[in-house]
Amino acid sequence: MALELRGVSRSVGGKVHIHPTDLTLQKGTMNVLLGPTSAGKTSLMRLMAGLDVPSSGRIFWDGQDVTGMRVQDRRVAMVYQQFINYPAMSVYDNIASPLRLMGRPQGEIHRAVQETAEMLKLTPMLSRKPLELSGGQQQRCALARALVKGAGLVLLDEPLANLDYKLREELRIEIPRIFEASGAIFVYATTEPEEALLLGGQTACLWEGRVTQFGPTPRVYRAPADATTARVFSDPPMNFVSCFKDGHRLNFGDTVNAPAEGAFADLPDGRYLAGFRANHVELNKHSGQAVEFRCTLGVTEITGSETFVHLHHGPDKWVGLVHGVHDLAPGSAVSIWLDPAHVYLFDSAGRLAAPAAYAQAA
Amino acid sequence: MDKTVNNKAWFLVLPVLVLVAFSAVIPLMTVVNYSVNDTFGNNQFFWAGLEWFEEMVTSSRLHDALGRQVLFSAIILAIEVPLGIFIALNMPKKGFWASLCLVLMALPLLIPFNVVGTIWQIFGRVDIGLLGRGLAAIGIDYNYTNDALDAWITVIVMDVWHWTSLVALLCYAGLQSIAQAYYQAARIDQASRWAVFRYIELPKMQGVLLIAVLLRFMDSFMIYTEPFVVTGGGPGNSTTFLSIDLVKMAVGQFDLGPAAAFSIMYFLVILLVSWVFYTVMTNLDKAEGQ
Amino acid sequence: MAQITLQNLAHSYYPNPQSDKDYALKEMDHVWQDGGAYALLGSSGCGKTTLLNIISGLLRPSHGRVLFGDRDVTDAETAARNIAQVFQFPVVYDTMTVRDNLAFPLRNRGMEAGYIKARVDQIAAMIGMEEMLSRKARGLTADAKQKISLGRGMVREDVNAILFDEPLTVIDPHMKWELRTQLKQLHRQFGHTMIYVTHDQTEALTFADKVVVMYDGRVVQMGTPEELFETPAHTFVGYFIGSPGMNFLDARIEGSRALLAGGGVVDLGAGYGPVSGHSQIGIRPEHALLTDEEGLPVTIRRVEDVGRHRIIRAELNGHAFNLTAPEGLAITPDMTRVVFAPGKVNVYADDWRVTPRAAAAGRAA
Repeated sequence: MALELRGVSRSVGGKVHIHPTDLTLQKGTMNVLLGPTSAGKTSLMRLMAGLDVPSSGRIFWDGQDVTGMRVQDRRVAMVYQQFINYPAMSVYDNIASPLRLMGRPQGEIHRAVQETAEMLKLTPMLSRKPLELSGGQQQRCALARALVKGAGLVLLDEPLANLDYKLREELRIEIPRIFEASGAIFVYATTEPEEALLLGGQTACLWEGRVTQFGPTPRVYRAPADATTARVFSDPPMNFVSCFKDGHRLNFGDTVNAPAEGAFADLPDGRYLAGFRANHVELNKHSGQAVEFRCTLGVTEITGSETFVHLHHGPDKWVGLVHGVHDLAPGSAVSIWLDPAHVYLFDSAGRLAAPAAYAQAA
Repeated sequence: MDKTVNNKAWFLVLPVLVLVAFSAVIPLMTVVNYSVNDTFGNNQFFWAGLEWFEEMVTSSRLHDALGRQVLFSAIILAIEVPLGIFIALNMPKKGFWASLCLVLMALPLLIPFNVVGTIWQIFGRVDIGLLGRGLAAIGIDYNYTNDALDAWITVIVMDVWHWTSLVALLCYAGLQSIAQAYYQAARIDQASRWAVFRYIELPKMQGVLLIAVLLRFMDSFMIYTEPFVVTGGGPGNSTTFLSIDLVKMAVGQFDLGPAAAFSIMYFLVILLVSWVFYTVMTNLDKAEGQ
Repeated sequence: MAQITLQNLAHSYYPNPQSDKDYALKEMDHVWQDGGAYALLGSSGCGKTTLLNIISGLLRPSHGRVLFGDRDVTDAETAARNIAQVFQFPVVYDTMTVRDNLAFPLRNRGMEAGYIKARVDQIAAMIGMEEMLSRKARGLTADAKQKISLGRGMVREDVNAILFDEPLTVIDPHMKWELRTQLKQLHRQFGHTMIYVTHDQTEALTFADKVVVMYDGRVVQMGTPEELFETPAHTFVGYFIGSPGMNFLDARIEGSRALLAGGGVVDLGAGYGPVSGHSQIGIRPEHALLTDEEGLPVTIRRVEDVGRHRIIRAELNGHAFNLTAPEGLAITPDMTRVVFAPGKVNVYADDWRVTPRAAAAGRAA
């Protein structure tokens, strides 16, 4: 019981949109497609839905080859970034429309609409027209229309991108709940790492038409398979510094070094790329192993309880997220501290050579 | 790529194909048949080869008509396109007046061609027409049945009256798609009216403008009914455009062979120019899409 | 550059507004300092765009005046106000090169060619587009176009203010970081008065020195990010700032203690006078700590791993209550109680914050 892509690729006019991809989405799972704009999220969704035919490879649904099957014959529903509803119909008729097209009996339609509306908190608005609703309610209506027909595959293409920040937050909490109630395969495209984390489930990281990693969301976040995945799945962006392993020591940049312990001890000597996330940067020596980097401060951004510090370390630009409010003068020298347990090492090809020690513990 | 695409849809297209075959392909083939044969009626044909084509290519009568036709289309485009843009720019953007303007603009487009011809034929008459009498009353010597220039002016003014609305409406639609932010940004940048037109409005109108030019070119190049009703191609041959000449040749003189050759060449010229326009248009679209 | 004064400003889209409800913008009095970075924050329909349009001159307010410095500009045209604006969607002149786009506002003002070239080069370097100067703007990516818009907003040195209308909406998360810091650097460097409209709290808080939170046509609080976070003046600010927002619990206030409606006592860390109306206490999820020792009993419903911390969705006295826990902290099954960080509990009466006695005495001066 699953949706399976085997070697599916798509090129249009000699331009590769999706490189050959293998992906199996299990029944009843939430799957996030995470990647920047034009990484191939929408292209991949269109292939899954059957809106596009793959240039190569095959698509299986519950073991059955559905590669050339029309969208109408598949049990697929899709929700877009724009709020797409029938403007002339009431919310009730909007939600009922897919069932009416399927020619279901009146009583069943009524029951299904009521149930779905209840789940999406649309019951008081059933008689209104979509354009009389707020953006969040319009998108709920579109979601209801997608869910009501009991599709086995629900595709959500950045459904919250056009909503206000706070509304997004509210719907984000609800979507996992709705998904659990539906039992369908959900595929959710987003550009925001935080959204992927909040939705949980599985995440497929996309970059330039390739799935760089697919797995349980927290694992992809904490054990990224390569530097690209780590970069895509970090907000603020991951910080990088060149690293040279020499016997028992790791040399970061030109000046800082730390003992190579744990997984780092077994690595062969040579050049690596060290990566660490903003929230692991501290302004004081917070652990015995923490090493000090002397940086120049760019700007600081205060969020109320925390401060983003933008740093220049030699040729590298870093961002740190530290607790408390620190209004420091731009251009001043600051020392930051980093525990090597929070450092990922990537080899010259960008693959993960050694995960951060903290992530293995978690 | 082996795909199992459902091919049944092609059957649904069949009725259209049959219809097009009867309405376009078969008549066209008949014309091709006429163009390479000589006939004296009774369905008797004598093979003539490319004779008619040679005759037409070298015919000074056709050259003259073509010259008049090109001049006419050029004048029409030169007047209607800028005028249409100007009108579109000055139309109200929303509210009651916008709707009223749209209705008024659309009116001439709804009048049948021969009625337009008749209206202007009567309007311009010196004896009973409002325009003709009016001009005579203020001492302007105007008579489109005697004077070639007057006839030309009448035909052109009539076409401008009839068709400028189309250009204006298309441009208006193009202008409506420009977000308010662009105008606001331009005001903040202290852009002149000309700069706003040149850098914001014109680029956004480019697509519809090409369609407008294409439509107006094709229509004006094939114009028949209105000048025929007003001037009948006269005085002399001064307003005998290609299609009027063609009809004279085919129906008036019953020279079916030359007329058929003539229409095929006529058809190819229009096809060629339209193709050029289409290519330019799609290339521009591509450049924009990048 | 100028200080912006809003005097008794109010606006209604109706010709004859009857009640408060008819006003999209309720009467306000504010002075925005010369060279300050301000953010107008609120959800859609709160009036922030109306206010921006009044400042930019697109809309004439139905009441009150707008002053740039000492000059009354209430009736002045947009062009006459000498401002720059960056819009939600990139507004670039597609047929012009990047250089011509940046130079456009200067050329329209008849600046000298040498100056224009130097200035455009300087701005291009700052937005990182030196290599693209001779390219046509058509066909650039959305974020490159938005950079051009930012650059065009910045190119004039003498503007009174630069207005930003949700400028990062179409930008990818990674690019947002870059553009935001660039903006911040540009602000430091040139010291223009900047007004930034957004519904995104992160953008507002990180960009601005002073954040103006709007709700239902009213400015409910104007303060530094820290003030908005620690002492929200209104329950809306508490809810709107922070994710998740502040938790509110109905309570009766007695001196320095709050008696929760559902049972339980919370030490407020400061004394309060008698509180009338609907009284509540507000606690940030960040200031609530899950513990296996003494505290108020909570039932955990769901734990969300957001990477750098976890959001614990729980219930306290039958009401939803959110907490956060740092990345490393283990959550054990016997952690069923919650304690609040001392001095981080705020008191609200009819949605407005009540100042504690001791602090009130100190602040009254």
